[in-house]
Amino acid sequence: MTEPVLSVRNLTVEFPTRRGTLTAIDNISFDIAPGEVLGVVGESGAGKSMTSAAVIGLIEPPGRIAGGEIKLNGKRIDNLSEKETRKIRGKKIGVIFQDPLTSLNPLYRVSQQLIETIRTHLPLSEADARKRAISLLDEVGIPAAARRIDDYPHQFSGGMRQRVVIALALCAEPDLVIADEPTTALDVSVQAQIIEVMKKLCAERGAAIMLITHDMGVIAETADRVAVMYAGRIAEIGPVRDVIKDAKHPYTSGLMGSIPSLTSDLERLVQIPGSMPRLSAIPKGCAFNPRCPQVFDRCRVERPDPLDVGDRKVACWLYDDRKEQAA
Amino acid sequence: MSAPLLEVRNLSRRFDVSKPWLNRVIERTDKVYLKAVDNVSFSINKGETLALVGESGSGKSTIARLIVGLLDPSEGEILFEGKSLSAGLQGAEARRLRRKFQMIFQDPFASLNARWRVSDIIAEPLKVFERGLSSLDRRRRVGELLELVGMSAEDGIKFPHQFSGGQRQRIAIARALASKPEFIVCDEPTSALDVSVQAQILNLMKDLQNEFGLTYLFISHDLSVVRHMANRIGVLYLGRLAEVAESKTLFLQPKHPYTRMLLDAVPDLEMTGRKRKRVEGEIPNPIDPPSGCAFHPRCPFIFDRCKAEIPALLENGISQTACHAVEERRI
Amino acid sequence: MSAQDNLTAPTAAPVAPKPPSRLYRIWDSDVFYSFRRSPVTIVAAIVTVTMLLAALFAPWIAPYNPFNPASLNLMDGFTPPMTESMMGNFFVLGSDHQGRDVLSTILYGSRVSIFVGLSATLFAMTLGVSLGLAAGYLGGTTDSVIMRIADIQLSFPAILIALLIFGVARGIIPPSRQESMAIYVLIVAIGLSNWAQFARTVRGATMVERQKDYVSAARIMGVHPLAILIRHVLPNVTGPVLVIGTIGLALAIIEEATLSFLGVGVPPTQPSLGTLIRIGQQFLFSGEWWILLFPAITLVMLALAVNLLGDWLRDALNPRLR
Repeated sequence: MTEPVLSVRNLTVEFPTRRGTLTAIDNISFDIAPGEVLGVVGESGAGKSMTSAAVIGLIEPPGRIAGGEIKLNGKRIDNLSEKETRKIRGKKIGVIFQDPLTSLNPLYRVSQQLIETIRTHLPLSEADARKRAISLLDEVGIPAAARRIDDYPHQFSGGMRQRVVIALALCAEPDLVIADEPTTALDVSVQAQIIEVMKKLCAERGAAIMLITHDMGVIAETADRVAVMYAGRIAEIGPVRDVIKDAKHPYTSGLMGSIPSLTSDLERLVQIPGSMPRLSAIPKGCAFNPRCPQVFDRCRVERPDPLDVGDRKVACWLYDDRKEQAA
Repeated sequence: MSAPLLEVRNLSRRFDVSKPWLNRVIERTDKVYLKAVDNVSFSINKGETLALVGESGSGKSTIARLIVGLLDPSEGEILFEGKSLSAGLQGAEARRLRRKFQMIFQDPFASLNARWRVSDIIAEPLKVFERGLSSLDRRRRVGELLELVGMSAEDGIKFPHQFSGGQRQRIAIARALASKPEFIVCDEPTSALDVSVQAQILNLMKDLQNEFGLTYLFISHDLSVVRHMANRIGVLYLGRLAEVAESKTLFLQPKHPYTRMLLDAVPDLEMTGRKRKRVEGEIPNPIDPPSGCAFHPRCPFIFDRCKAEIPALLENGISQTACHAVEERRI
Repeated sequence: MSAQDNLTAPTAAPVAPKPPSRLYRIWDSDVFYSFRRSPVTIVAAIVTVTMLLAALFAPWIAPYNPFNPASLNLMDGFTPPMTESMMGNFFVLGSDHQGRDVLSTILYGSRVSIFVGLSATLFAMTLGVSLGLAAGYLGGTTDSVIMRIADIQLSFPAILIALLIFGVARGIIPPSRQESMAIYVLIVAIGLSNWAQFARTVRGATMVERQKDYVSAARIMGVHPLAILIRHVLPNVTGPVLVIGTIGLALAIIEEATLSFLGVGVPPTQPSLGTLIRIGQQFLFSGEWWILLFPAITLVMLALAVNLLGDWLRDALNPRLR
């Protein structure tokens, strides 16, 4: 097997507060292979954005990585200095945020921002960098790129702005693109276009994508594999079709059932009772146990580690062979 | 068929988005208006759910605010039980009509006063509409309402910030139900919530509808939610109705090119691998909408008439569409 | 499954602990946490409270009654601090030219200063908050008129406006009543010169709150606009008002002192800290420094302590800085 682009092992992120330390990410591990699209899905508070912040080294203090390691192309990146992290963030890892305006500086022309980023990471002349920027804008689908490159960010519509951000994220030919809710702020019709552009360009360049979203539909459209997060842990990770069509973890199946369908008629939706626990009150054992319809004694005491089920991993005692003995 | 509960006739609403007077004089520019809602007509029968879907700038939230009286229409009228709401209602008559309609808002963090206890929030409509109620009866009613929406009566003494988004939306629903309304305008009631919580709230809203015979106007941008909730659906594009159809018809036989495009844009969660057309273009600036049919720059079926003439909402056999191509049976 | 399944929300702790007492909840709140964590604020609070109490109980704790002519003796005049006068009276902070105990005059003087400061701030707050609420909620012409007046007023120094109002009042009130009315005129003058800050802040906060859906919900029910303003909007704009109120209190105390120093404030029979400073500065160069220094230190400490409390309150109530 080829070496993964990104390899996260036993990552733990903690937030010390005056009422004790909160664990936002609790011992998670996953890999992303070259050219692969990994979807990270979860509801608010699941820790999905914190995971991406950990990878790009942007955890807001007082939060900190308390354990585990993050490797990019086999090299550890979680213990680098601020300066080295910043270098990697532009060159090796491209980032696309939900709000395009957080990635674009409103005071500079799009051309200035693109050319500067390109020249920071690649040994190109001003003119060559500009040529490259125009061809990138053209590729992300901005009409009349040569003319529009000198516009300011506010002169673009929401969808076009997100295209510019994609161009910015890709301009140094990164190995990994992290897209954190890239389409959440956009209308449905524009969302489809952005997903398509992002997917196509990364595939052409062989860049892997870590796509963070709360929208299962976007995952189904885009991802090869999906990690379902719950209360700072990965509940289930595996090929996207398997997870969506045949969820193993009770949380995943509940989540899938609660999405209204466009094709079938149900009077009532499947509902998971209650809501995601707060970080300050994560239940003992499996974090999902108070809401789980299939809960048994072991779930209330012992925390399940991800278990191999076919070609996916599921953190649920239902799939432990020793289940009977334990129960 | 009986008369509709709510009828909206040729409703329009313009917003003045001009620069301040002094700037206009110096820069020699005219007043600029944004037509958020343009000549929209529809009706809702008792006990049904009509959904309005649209993307940003479609005017769906403006219609909601016009109906509940938060905004005044520029033109057209709104009739509730056959009585016009636009003609300045006064006193007892106004109160009698007002208690019959309520609204549920999108953001459960902004729709509850953070400084009030939950019981006071839910009791507010009771204080307005049932002045004779003793304080004990009022407390009892608040307790019943909380239980009705799946919370406990003891939650009344807490403040909104002690609850999650889903629980707050339940509180907002309890407040809306307090005055025993017949008609509830729901403005994106679940779009601020997570999917698993959204399912809880949608189920609750359906249960309450069945129990109390409520009529909903359901505003949303999410087609799958709309399909789940609505009997009939109106599709809005730039302030005008593009298509109105029975829920099933709309999804099985979408007529208007915009509806088709919208349906094609929805991610394919079932992974059926259905063939989909690429979505073209973006929503134009509503201050300066395209001539004729507002959708014509993005429409794959465009012909000369579309650029010149605004299409009217016409019956086409299975639904109502505002499209020249459908009218001339080109598509 | 039904909607009622959600009665047991796992968000709560598994075992419900006994609800903590109200006093403990206040102590444990974020605002008080930031209070406990800031030594400067604790000192400022102690200074403020001590001075307030001292002023309040001045008649009981002051060693002498400095305004009882019967007990004054000119022979006690100009006694330096910590010494006994020729008459055998002991003065901790010395005595002034009339033989009044400086410590006692300060205690009585801060009483006047704090009373004027508090009343003027309350007056400014009431006026400013009402006008700000009206401007922010009604908008349009009302808003323009109120805010233009506020803008004009803010472009002049507050002291100038207070002087102006004071002068006008002098002209209206008959001379026989001027002395007894002086303190109220002072309160109105300082109050009127400070309302604009409150109005401006409250207007901004009101405009934000007015857009929120809880106000829409009340409007749909047909709740009277005045009731919406007082019961819904007002409680949500109190945070910034409290902050400006505290800082405004410090400003009002200084403003009163300035006016009294200029001789247009309280009558000499009821000296405030400002009056004491004015009296004291006449003797500074003749060597009797204590008559000026101690009232001045008191004024600075009072204003500084109140101001520091205001700063802390601003930071503690600002969720972004928390």
